[in-house]
Amino acid sequence: MIANAFSLALQAIRRNALRSFLTVLGIVIGVSAVIIMVTIGKGTTAKVTADIAALGSNMLIVHPGQSRHGGRSAEAKPLEVADVEAIAREVPHLAAVAPVAMKSSPIVFGNDNYNTQAAGVDNDYFKARNWDMALGRTFLPSELRAGTAVCILGNTVVNELFGGMNPLGQRVRLGEISFEVVGTLVAKGQSGMGSDQDDVALVPLRTMQRRIIGNTDIPLVFVSVSDGYSTEDSVAEIEELLRQRRRITGNKEDDFSVMDMKEITETLTGTTKVLTGLLGAVAAVSLLVGGIGIMNIMLVSVTERTREIGTRLAIGAMERDVLTQFLVEAVVLSSLGGVIGIVLAVVTSAWLAGLFKIPLVLDPGIVALAFLFSAAVGVVFGFFPARRAARMDPVEALRRE
Amino acid sequence: MNQDGTRGGPVIRLEGVGRQYGKGQAAVHALRGVDLAIREGEFVAVMGPSGSGKSTCMNILGCLDTATQGTYWFSGVDVGSLTRNQRALLRRHYLGFVFQGFNLLNRTSALENVELPLIYRGDRRGERRKRAREALAAVGLSGWERHSPGELSGGQQQRVAIARAMVTEPSVLFADEPTGNLDTGRSIEIMELLVDYNRSRGITIVMVTHEREMAAFASRIVSFRDGSVVPAGPEGEVS
Ligand SMILES: Nc1ncnc2c1ncn2[C@@H]1O[C@H](COP(=O)(O)OP(=O)(O)OP(=O)(O)O)[C@@H](O)[C@H]1O
Ligand SMILES: [Mg+2]
Repeated sequence: MIANAFSLALQAIRRNALRSFLTVLGIVIGVSAVIIMVTIGKGTTAKVTADIAALGSNMLIVHPGQSRHGGRSAEAKPLEVADVEAIAREVPHLAAVAPVAMKSSPIVFGNDNYNTQAAGVDNDYFKARNWDMALGRTFLPSELRAGTAVCILGNTVVNELFGGMNPLGQRVRLGEISFEVVGTLVAKGQSGMGSDQDDVALVPLRTMQRRIIGNTDIPLVFVSVSDGYSTEDSVAEIEELLRQRRRITGNKEDDFSVMDMKEITETLTGTTKVLTGLLGAVAAVSLLVGGIGIMNIMLVSVTERTREIGTRLAIGAMERDVLTQFLVEAVVLSSLGGVIGIVLAVVTSAWLAGLFKIPLVLDPGIVALAFLFSAAVGVVFGFFPARRAARMDPVEALRRE
Repeated sequence: MNQDGTRGGPVIRLEGVGRQYGKGQAAVHALRGVDLAIREGEFVAVMGPSGSGKSTCMNILGCLDTATQGTYWFSGVDVGSLTRNQRALLRRHYLGFVFQGFNLLNRTSALENVELPLIYRGDRRGERRKRAREALAAVGLSGWERHSPGELSGGQQQRVAIARAMVTEPSVLFADEPTGNLDTGRSIEIMELLVDYNRSRGITIVMVTHEREMAAFASRIVSFRDGSVVPAGPEGEVS
């Protein structure tokens, strides 16, 4: 019975191929819009989350000045190595405390000259930033203590200066000083904010302070909290410690900040979530409009095919045969629109994901939901026209030209 | 066999059947007090001037419409007491229809058109195909199965329609001006086909026609005037 209704419905759709396609266009657009919105939204969220996870999921950033109130205040007292050592010594459950001092600097190999970011770090930096070595080694304790002229290069610098060559053991010049390359970092790609994280040359912190920058200020400290421990507690403890060390009492505001990366993640992904929901709702409305389009066309089709319906009734169709036929026709049409919409959405999402450099996160749940919804649109909006067809008086229907 | 070449008792019996459209002042009496009996195996031609109620009567006989007065017995069943769905089932299993305008589904092959009543009857695909091919062969359209109505002449289309009506092997075939859209040559071919179904398969046929030439193929002529049957005169019978 249903199989017959299907063959009748497919027959009717085939007989009106162009109109059938135009009818389902609304559904196609609705379904693909929903899936594209949700997919791009999820991709963006995944991208932001991944970028922040790449920074180290339990990471805190400590720096002098208050970033929350716009720019850092110039008069804020800089952090020092002693502060870093105090944090590492007195705050419990920290996996890494990594001070960083940076300076933009040209790097030279042979005749090749390239402008990069030089960063003075110690070995905690690799742990705090979840960053592995591609070649060579990290810094030796003796090198860190003595401020030796050795460096570890980021992937972009390796490519710019050495092409495909192995840079280990080569000497490069940073500023006025010649450094030996002892290692290279694995590629990390662009950060969530769009800067190239691999465009970096790491040197021991002490080397940086003494021989490149010329002071002992520490503008930035990455702190990594041990797995399973609350970052909020650590934030509070570091804040408490630094207030003491910097003699900030009572209600006076901190002249430094300790930022929790999870907070940043939440605010960033929260925005995209709201946006995704909003766009998804707009897309759902377009699905509804598509449904009304189907109803409209089905009504026209029923009126146009009055004589055909009369003929069918005369040659043996019962009311429910006609009802089923038109209902199945509407459902087949709308599901067809759903399938076309899904294909369109997958292709478009893949293209957009490539364009925006975000991962393609196709949620099978959303795809299934969009398909079921399109089929349901067929049932709901097909029912009224189908019933109108089924209730026709055969004599009246046959008289119609 | 009776002496007029038919078998059995009346398959169709109308008693005082009337059909009224509208009410009160605007009421139109399309049929009034029609008494008619058609025996199994008869080939009846219905004639009469335009507006005399021939189509109205055919629609009632074909269970597409119901009488507003009187009683219609089909094979002893009071059709007036049946529901809409029961009448649909009666049409599905016992009645066949051929229309003046052919009423084939366009952009649908001849074979699919002929298969249609079998789909409603719930026949399996293979069985359907076989029967539809046979029915098309019986009307002389072997080899035309894939053609759609737009690719067929009027005479061929009407033969497809006859195949569609006959594929279910109905007991009565109703044809309302089946040759109304055809030239004389094509009309005679259609009539010969109907006569053959009537003679070789014993199918009862009720046909409305305006043309004496076509009515002459029938075994009996029933004349309508102003919604009533004209009493059969000596020239009413065709030998
Ligand atoms: N649905 C309707 N509403 C009102 N009047 C109708 C309706 N159908 C038929 N009639 C009237 O009933 C009468 C008989 O119509 P019918 O179609 O049966 O005539 P007919 O004999 O078949 O004529 P023709 O030879 O032109 O086909 C006509 O006066 C017609 O106007
Ligand atoms: Mg008529």
